[in-house]
Amino acid sequence: MSEFLEVENLKTHFPIYEGSFFPKVKAVVKAVDGVSFHVKRGEILGLVGESGCGKSTLGRTVLRLLDITEGRVSLDGRDLAPIKGKELNRYRTQMQMIFQDPYASLDPRMTVYDTLAEPLMVHNIVPKADLTKEVSRLMNTVGLAPRFMKKYPHEFSGGQRQRISIARALALRPKLIVADEPVSALDVSIQSQILNLLLDLRKELDLTMIFISHDLSVVRYISDRLAVMYLGKIVETGDSKEVFENPQHPYTKALLSAIPQPDPKRERDSKRILLEGDPPSPLNPPTGCSFHPRCAYATAECKTTSQNLAPVGKNSQTLAACHRIGQF
Amino acid sequence: MALISVKDLKTYFHTRNGVVRAVDGISFDVEAGKTLGIVGESGSGKSVSQYSLLGLIPMPPGKIESGTAMFDGQDLLKLSGEKLRKIRGKRISMIFQDPMTCLNPYMKIGDQLIEPLLTHFDISHEDAMKKAAQALKNVGIHETEKRLNSYPHQFSGGMRQRVMIAMALITEPELLIADEPTTALDVTVQAQVLDLIKKLQQEINTAVIFITHDLGVIAGVADEVAVMYGGKIVERGSTDDIFYNSQHPYTKALMASIPATHAHGERLYTIEGLPPNLTKAIPGCSFAPRCGECEDYCKTTKPELEVMESPSHESACLKYQKEHRA
Repeated sequence: MSEFLEVENLKTHFPIYEGSFFPKVKAVVKAVDGVSFHVKRGEILGLVGESGCGKSTLGRTVLRLLDITEGRVSLDGRDLAPIKGKELNRYRTQMQMIFQDPYASLDPRMTVYDTLAEPLMVHNIVPKADLTKEVSRLMNTVGLAPRFMKKYPHEFSGGQRQRISIARALALRPKLIVADEPVSALDVSIQSQILNLLLDLRKELDLTMIFISHDLSVVRYISDRLAVMYLGKIVETGDSKEVFENPQHPYTKALLSAIPQPDPKRERDSKRILLEGDPPSPLNPPTGCSFHPRCAYATAECKTTSQNLAPVGKNSQTLAACHRIGQF
Repeated sequence: MALISVKDLKTYFHTRNGVVRAVDGISFDVEAGKTLGIVGESGSGKSVSQYSLLGLIPMPPGKIESGTAMFDGQDLLKLSGEKLRKIRGKRISMIFQDPMTCLNPYMKIGDQLIEPLLTHFDISHEDAMKKAAQALKNVGIHETEKRLNSYPHQFSGGMRQRVMIAMALITEPELLIADEPTTALDVTVQAQVLDLIKKLQQEINTAVIFITHDLGVIAGVADEVAVMYGGKIVERGSTDDIFYNSQHPYTKALMASIPATHAHGERLYTIEGLPPNLTKAIPGCSFAPRCGECEDYCKTTKPELEVMESPSHESACLKYQKEHRA
């Protein structure tokens, strides 16, 4: 069986121009720089990494909200990169996004009905006469009472607003959802409601999901497979449970060891791997392996040549991009 | 003796929509060199309670209705603006949540760093700059010469937060109030910052009040924990008491709803309903409408904190108190 979503050697570069009359490219930010991964139908891929590592850019490029610089994105066997115009619009119904901040991603001047009916009208999902019925159905799906249809976003709490943006994403009956930090702006008790909802919806609607988050305990909980990004590249990917229990790449190790545990005894005994400094700028990435300036295990080889993703062992599905896998 | 002792603090906001009882009678002590963690959801009053101590509440609409906050024999809540300014930023400093907005974008880092020194001490500009350079080194920022002459936008988020910490600690305060200091940061940088606060705390024996909604962070930094809900402290105790032997349904529900305590894909526990509307007077326990263990008397009787098994552990749950007494 072919994979539902396949991404091959995807690059998203942002040129920075200098001069206003005859602009010249001064530099290129390689936000996503040669990423390959695949997601099976109905699977949740967790995408983690520090801010600025390119995880949101990757999500947006997959949805074609940003232009692909190079590479291939294929959904259900069809390459999306060359699709343009009307045909791309048709494909957009199959892929939707849930944004981080439910305070900013909803139009304050549109009622819930307006927000949910707009995509339905644009893409002719249901006949006009059935709009109200469909909006009610969507609201029920995400656990909102349809009687709130005529209310504005400011009349809802943060959790309810996130439900509205989930309903909006579901309106076009998509197959793929990219959720970009969907619970980061919410309180813990509300966060758990939204996570439960996402898992229910996945089951009911057979959704495939890319779940982007910097909160690793949330990703560990929700995702089937995991991809760890660092400076525009995936440095480790594999079965979520396996990677969390037995991380191979030094960056993954450090990232996972930094998660605070809600358990005072374990916290007192825990040995954190403290990384020095901040991630380098994608404008001027280090030579060789981009993690080597912060890596405790770096050798001369790491400084000059980079390593591609490679299997870490015979019995493992995990891939990691490190010269020294298994040597520490 | 406690370094700071707060008794029955009430901060209300008088708004057009009624009186918001943001902080409604809380008491706590912090000893030198110790860390008090305050947890709670948005709107539970955790930040307002600390802003009240430093006179940072906009008045009106805010008003401190009652309470005392004894710090070295003086009541912070009754001090004049001038006297409070002598303490604030010198003996008590604060780290705010958002490093992006809390530094002055027009001022060089060095000038901002030495401001508390020049204000509170009789020190030359040159000596102050030397101290500022050392303070930056202490928080792990190198090339201090260059960095002191940079502007905040030239720093990353993690570095700005470290600058804020350096600024808060440059006067070697006796009390540090940290309001969600790591919430805006990545885990790796969070680990650095927490490590740093701990190290500096040991060096200068500072007491820390650490506000956060992240139970994982609290487990790592706090000696004592106060859980706030609806403007009140509903449970207080040593970190172990709270995490391993919680005596309040809200604390338990909070612990049960975080993904870290669940297996992969296992249904998460959810607290139904919404936090209370603080403009309305609540006759009974404010958590009663959302509580799974609620009894009839919970809806009519106001609970007070009461000592549970260990003397340091207090809970404001009528049902648990009754069971404990029996």
